[in-house]
Amino acid sequence: MSETFQPVLLRRLGKPDSASLSSYQADGGYVGLKNALAKTPEEVIQTVQAAGLRGRGGAGFPTGLKWTFLPKGYVGDIYLCVNGDESEPGTFNNRVIIEADPHQVLEGIVIASYATKATRAYFYLRYEYGQCYRTLQKAIDEMYANNLLGKNILGSGYSLDIYLHRGACAYICGEETGLIESLEGKRAWPRIKPPFPAVEGAFRKPTVVNNVETLACVTHILDKGPDWFKSMGVPIDPNRPRDAGSYGPKLYCISGHVNKPGLVELPLGITARELIDKHAGGVWKGRKAKAVVPGGISMGFMSEKELDTPLDFNGPGSVGCLGLGTAAVIVIDDQTSMVDVLYNCCRFFAHESCGQCTPCREGTAWSSKILKRIRDGHGTLDDLKTLDDISKSIGTIPGTTICGLADGAAWPIKNALQKFRPDFEEFIKSKRKSDQKEFVGSH
Amino acid sequence: MSVVPESIKERIRGLFERYPNKQALTLPIFHLIQQELRCVPRESIEEIAELLELAPAQIYDTLSFYGFFRDENNPLGKKRVWICRSLPCMLRGGDKLLADVCERLHLSPGETTANGEVTIELAECLGACDGAPCILIDDELQLNVDVETVVKMAESKS
Repeated sequence: MSETFQPVLLRRLGKPDSASLSSYQADGGYVGLKNALAKTPEEVIQTVQAAGLRGRGGAGFPTGLKWTFLPKGYVGDIYLCVNGDESEPGTFNNRVIIEADPHQVLEGIVIASYATKATRAYFYLRYEYGQCYRTLQKAIDEMYANNLLGKNILGSGYSLDIYLHRGACAYICGEETGLIESLEGKRAWPRIKPPFPAVEGAFRKPTVVNNVETLACVTHILDKGPDWFKSMGVPIDPNRPRDAGSYGPKLYCISGHVNKPGLVELPLGITARELIDKHAGGVWKGRKAKAVVPGGISMGFMSEKELDTPLDFNGPGSVGCLGLGTAAVIVIDDQTSMVDVLYNCCRFFAHESCGQCTPCREGTAWSSKILKRIRDGHGTLDDLKTLDDISKSIGTIPGTTICGLADGAAWPIKNALQKFRPDFEEFIKSKRKSDQKEFVGSH
Repeated sequence: MSVVPESIKERIRGLFERYPNKQALTLPIFHLIQQELRCVPRESIEEIAELLELAPAQIYDTLSFYGFFRDENNPLGKKRVWICRSLPCMLRGGDKLLADVCERLHLSPGETTANGEVTIELAECLGACDGAPCILIDDELQLNVDVETVVKMAESKS
């Protein structure tokens, strides 16, 4: 299928003036919105449910189903929060589609807001994406000037405002309730759930939080229909009673030790090996892969032997990874020490833990310190046991933390010790020091 | 004496109608103040609290959470350059870029060059892994960066 596949989300990349409203409309833009406004909100939700769209931000929750959790017949404001806090290491697809084609995302926001009867949409965008911010603001201004936003959109009687809200460089704001707290002007401490945002979200009102790529998919589902979306990807696995399938196109980010890092759009389900060899020019310098991150570092590692795993919602989990995550594939070559790689991951989570839950705050800090000690040549084999203990005791899976950040911090440790233990044992026994330079600083 | 310029207060008042409460303007006002003053001074906290009708402690609570904001003892240089050290950049020389830049400029991450031009920061994933190693200059990403680019920027007057 990947041979004949025509990109949809990336179809306008590289076209002249691709971010402008006129060029977007010339390419058939805002047809999906017109189709949506001709339906009832309930029918739009049914369409998205029929397509089998699952959230692209990492958790893979069915999007239409999430929308049905809003209270029925609610009187008062409902909010849509757009999660543009893309911060998972290896992930950059939101940036690329917003910069090149903001209207396909904004169209999806209007459709999703109409379906959920939201009165306002808050677009939470990570601060680092300044270019995206300016591109989006320009696109939003064009929409207001053309009755695609504001009062009585295209004569439908439906009104909506979209407001951009910039973050301040904190990974935790990508967690949906952390995002809501940050939007409200507070420290981004995730909330205990329930209540879920659909019941009590931003400003204590019913709220839906959706990812940027998810909303871009909504645009195309309303344009081309649910059957088109469902014709791509991997159908429901009958052996998994709770599987919701892996339908539609997906943006795969590829980075690290490959010849051609970049963003590729393919139907869900391509294997990691095919992705690396056919779409990223293979592993660089003629080397082999040692390990591959399937979907952002929170998801852990696949070994070389596991590269024929399909990158759909079930694949990475079947080889012991946490899941598909953001489908951000990071390739690590066979000349790289997994000690350095794991240290980098642990350092990231120690830096980004919000500090609210003790197991996460202490667990991430200690795992980072222990890995640093190993890197400095002072590690002991007992350290590996401590790391193992930490990885099994932090997160929502063991039930010790409020949000999933710690599960994401634990997974690279678990996978590294399961799949690459000889790397660590050899490193410790040799009392080697890492040759990777490191500078510690504040921020 | 007022430390928050009236023009910033006016801009924030203009955004009140966008949110159901004024507390939501906390991050936007921090951003405006830091852009102009290169830090968010302690003295501004009471003024912000008054404008947003909150307790100063609520403002400080949020301010202290986001390492992004500086206080008056540690203001930013004219430019702020973030060098990414997360895994995709590390694999292509990001950690080394950060270390080399610091060595060449004789400073540690978080510090500003003596000429006040550039503050060097370490960054976690900037979301430009397709161009690793990458940096962020204020809020503009730059991909596939080498040490000379950053050093030149720091040594030239803007």
